[in-house]
Amino acid sequence: MKVQNNKAWLMVLPMLLLVAVSAIIPLMTVVNYSVQDTFGNNEFFWVGTEWFQEVLASERFHNALQRTLLFSALILAIEIPLGIAIALAMPRRGIAVSFCLVLMALPLLIPWNVVGTIWQVFGRVDIGLLGHGLASLGIDYNYTQNTLDAWATLIIMDVWHWTSLVVLLCYSGLVSIPEVYYQAARIDGASRWAIFRFIQLPKIKRVLLIAVLLRFMDSFMIYTEPFVVTGGGPGNSTTFLSIDLVQMAVGQFDLGPAAAMSLIYFLIILLLSWVFYTVMTSLDNDATSEQGRH
Amino acid sequence: MASIHLKNLGHRYSASDAGIDNPYALNPLDQVWEDGGAYALLGPSGCGKTTLLNIISGLLRPSEGRVLFDGEDVTDLSTERRNIAQVFQFPVVYDTLTVAENLAFPLRNRGMDSATIEARVSETLTMLGLERRANERARSLNADDKQKISLGRGLVRTDVRAILFDEPLTVIDPHLKWQLRTELKKIHERYGHTMIYVTHDQTEALTFADKVVVMNAGSILQVGSPKELFDRPRHTFVGTFIGSPGMNVLRCIFDGEAAVVDGVRLPLDEATIIAAHARGLAASGVSLEVGMRPESLVLVDAGASSADDPHCFNVDVIGVEDLGRHSLVRLRLGQQLLCALHPEGAEIPEAAALRFDPARTLLYESSLLVEAIG
Amino acid sequence: MLRLANIARRVDSHNALEDISLELKRGELNILLGPTLSGKTSLMRVMAGLDRPDSGELTFDGESVVGVPVQKRDLAMVYQQFINYPSLSVYENIASPLRVAGLERHEIEARVAQAAQLLKLEPYLNRKPANLSGGQQQRVALARALVKRASLVLLDEPLANLDYKLREELRAELPVLFAELGAVLVYATTEPSEALVLGGKTACLNRGRLEQFGPTLDLYRDPDTLMAARLFSDPPLNSVALNRDDGGLRFEGAEQAFPAAVTAELVSELPATEAGSTLTLAVRGHHLRLGPDISHAGESVACESLIEIRGTVDVTEITGSESFVHFTFMGQPWVALLDGIHAFPGGASITLYARPHDCFLFHTQTGNRVRKLGGGE
Repeated sequence: MKVQNNKAWLMVLPMLLLVAVSAIIPLMTVVNYSVQDTFGNNEFFWVGTEWFQEVLASERFHNALQRTLLFSALILAIEIPLGIAIALAMPRRGIAVSFCLVLMALPLLIPWNVVGTIWQVFGRVDIGLLGHGLASLGIDYNYTQNTLDAWATLIIMDVWHWTSLVVLLCYSGLVSIPEVYYQAARIDGASRWAIFRFIQLPKIKRVLLIAVLLRFMDSFMIYTEPFVVTGGGPGNSTTFLSIDLVQMAVGQFDLGPAAAMSLIYFLIILLLSWVFYTVMTSLDNDATSEQGRH
Repeated sequence: MASIHLKNLGHRYSASDAGIDNPYALNPLDQVWEDGGAYALLGPSGCGKTTLLNIISGLLRPSEGRVLFDGEDVTDLSTERRNIAQVFQFPVVYDTLTVAENLAFPLRNRGMDSATIEARVSETLTMLGLERRANERARSLNADDKQKISLGRGLVRTDVRAILFDEPLTVIDPHLKWQLRTELKKIHERYGHTMIYVTHDQTEALTFADKVVVMNAGSILQVGSPKELFDRPRHTFVGTFIGSPGMNVLRCIFDGEAAVVDGVRLPLDEATIIAAHARGLAASGVSLEVGMRPESLVLVDAGASSADDPHCFNVDVIGVEDLGRHSLVRLRLGQQLLCALHPEGAEIPEAAALRFDPARTLLYESSLLVEAIG
Repeated sequence: MLRLANIARRVDSHNALEDISLELKRGELNILLGPTLSGKTSLMRVMAGLDRPDSGELTFDGESVVGVPVQKRDLAMVYQQFINYPSLSVYENIASPLRVAGLERHEIEARVAQAAQLLKLEPYLNRKPANLSGGQQQRVALARALVKRASLVLLDEPLANLDYKLREELRAELPVLFAELGAVLVYATTEPSEALVLGGKTACLNRGRLEQFGPTLDLYRDPDTLMAARLFSDPPLNSVALNRDDGGLRFEGAEQAFPAAVTAELVSELPATEAGSTLTLAVRGHHLRLGPDISHAGESVACESLIEIRGTVDVTEITGSESFVHFTFMGQPWVALLDGIHAFPGGASITLYARPHDCFLFHTQTGNRVRKLGGGE
């Protein structure tokens, strides 16, 4: 048995090497930067947790973090219910199914930067269809100057781009529910809401968890779209953590604080993902007592 | 509870092209099923039993005829407004709810007050013997308990007019099948719900129902008590489908007093002879069939006693299968095969003869039983 | 010959298989009998090489096959679900394992024709599986398994999804088909009646443990353990606790001991049991009779040599030719299978009789059989 176990290690070795080269080694470099200072010439000084303290204390980081959290919260609050609603409304059989699926898949096929560019042009007041249209309706819309407009543009863009993912995941969960469940519910006189709450939701919970995690991580790390559309502006109003980080690292070349910040960033994502996972997997344990009382 | 009247009911799928080529999935029929009865629809897959069940439950609208519950026409009513309950092949429970909440579900949906709900639920839990598991999550139960919950969601309602079962024991282990089946039977005896049970398993159908409806190829062949179906199957299909092994059906002709199978005379009883003469079967010399249940045949030693006995005929033993409780003896009479049951432990005679009972020997013309009319 | 020695496998910290040793010979039909989750499928997966046992040896014709991947094993498998290639015709479905093996065209044609004839599939060779009935689809799956002429054929409840009557037909045909193969055949089922029809040898499994292995009828008539007897009873086995003392054997809590003749026939000598331990008497439903003067195979039996059982009727199921009388006896649910129609109303009292000869005696604690000394049955 022992010998064969060693053989198994041999099999996963290439994968481990790949992960090491692509993830762990760069991560260690970042860790390395985060605890040292440099004045160029490849000279490094040990600074301990100084960078971390600096980042955590800085107003700039707090603001960026709040913006990012708010953005993710809004994205989840819109895309998840909307995605479920669209999935519920989609036909379950017939040729309309493939039509709907293709339609849903279309936005997902467009690269990030192209999406950004499309909306950047689309929203421009001078030549963009949306911007110009709104302006001609007398609505004062300008995402380069108005904070609210910039946020609205980014959120609508993300909803347009990524709700499909939630729809497709939920739809796959919904079509796997056997027809007898619906028949039984009809016989039990269940309302539309009761069917959703006690049949559909429990059955799509697993895929919904994946959808929430993916959308959270993705929106929390959003970079390309705001970079292309608003460039973080107007002012700093759409400077999310990712944009801030790049500005700090590439713009100001503050490698130490940037490294510390990216590690903090990484840990926040890890922590929040874990929280989502734990909460959602234990959700149905609580659901029982909740239903018992109404 | 309600009586169910299926009035000139028939069904063809895709009624839009109900032309001559489109066959009936369910041939037109007229049936009245009594209030409080236990009925089983029995037949092979594709015989139309599920189509009929779906028409009664309202999942399918018949292309012709009406469905009446207690005289009220419900043909156009939706499933939920017919006040029926149904137990499906695979257990349907609401995973996230407890056993008690599952039972309360149909009552809550109908907006009943919580005191009534509580009383009904605890009563139903007692009926099903699930009191101890009331607060367990339904998902964690075994298949047989889940089926009980599906049934319970019907029993808990006071307005249920009929409870329908669609092969409810399919996923249940043999030992638990016995338990669940007898519990179902007891619930029926005690509470008198109208129950309709669809199955392909004759044991389930015969043990459960007061009246079994045997179906094949979209038609009802016979409706009767288990005893009637066993003793006097009106169609050779009923004879062979019911019973393990089924009835022996042998080609024969009628010579005026006996069925003649490959030259061997089997005297028939008075009633059958009169009925056969009334139809002129002796003169025509048409090809008929004679049916004998393996259970009605006794394997004896082909000695002197059997030689003079007109109710005995010699057979060749071609195989014996020991099935534990009894042996299945495969035999040949002339060119035709038949079988008989032999008790456990008894010896198989080397030269064998079969003793038959004329009263349990039936004659069939074109698969239909030859019997006195009226 | 497939030999399993002390096979064990744990799944999610419970024992899926526990110390199983079996010798399965070529040309014999070996039935795995047990309820759902008793380890039948787990054992088959180990036999097939789909799962590795945690410990134990698996040899085929003397060679170890532990760790040999399933692709390299010479085996065929049939499942409960009808698994066919939906886009291929019946002919191509049956021919597929032969094409994979790279057989010559005329050889493939000959073998498919033979399998199709055996399984009565000739009229359907050009159809797609979806256009066949369930029974026909499962015949195609069987044909594909048989045509391969594998040395190990595993059938996992192949008839479970079929109609009752179809099952009866195929059950009768299968032993004939199997006899011609000369392979090691393993057949899993939950139904005792299926095992009896198929014959061969049976291994009773319960919670991952092998209760007993031997010729099917021997196992049925002469079980070693209470669990094996239970698994092999349909309707369920009736059992009741017995006490023994100087006066002889009696039902636990009953006043009167069995007649001496009964005790003598049950046990040649009262087994030495520790204080407080009890025996369990078990009898199958069809061995219970209504009248005391039952005649068995011609000979009539006197009342003193019978065990009398008085119970209260629960419910009676009547099939048309037989009656299943469910009743309560000493607090236990019992069932009697009686020939003919006997409609007892619920709550009625009923007296039934059993011959000691038909009863089994077990040690309650170990579940092991108490046999008569001298081996007389």
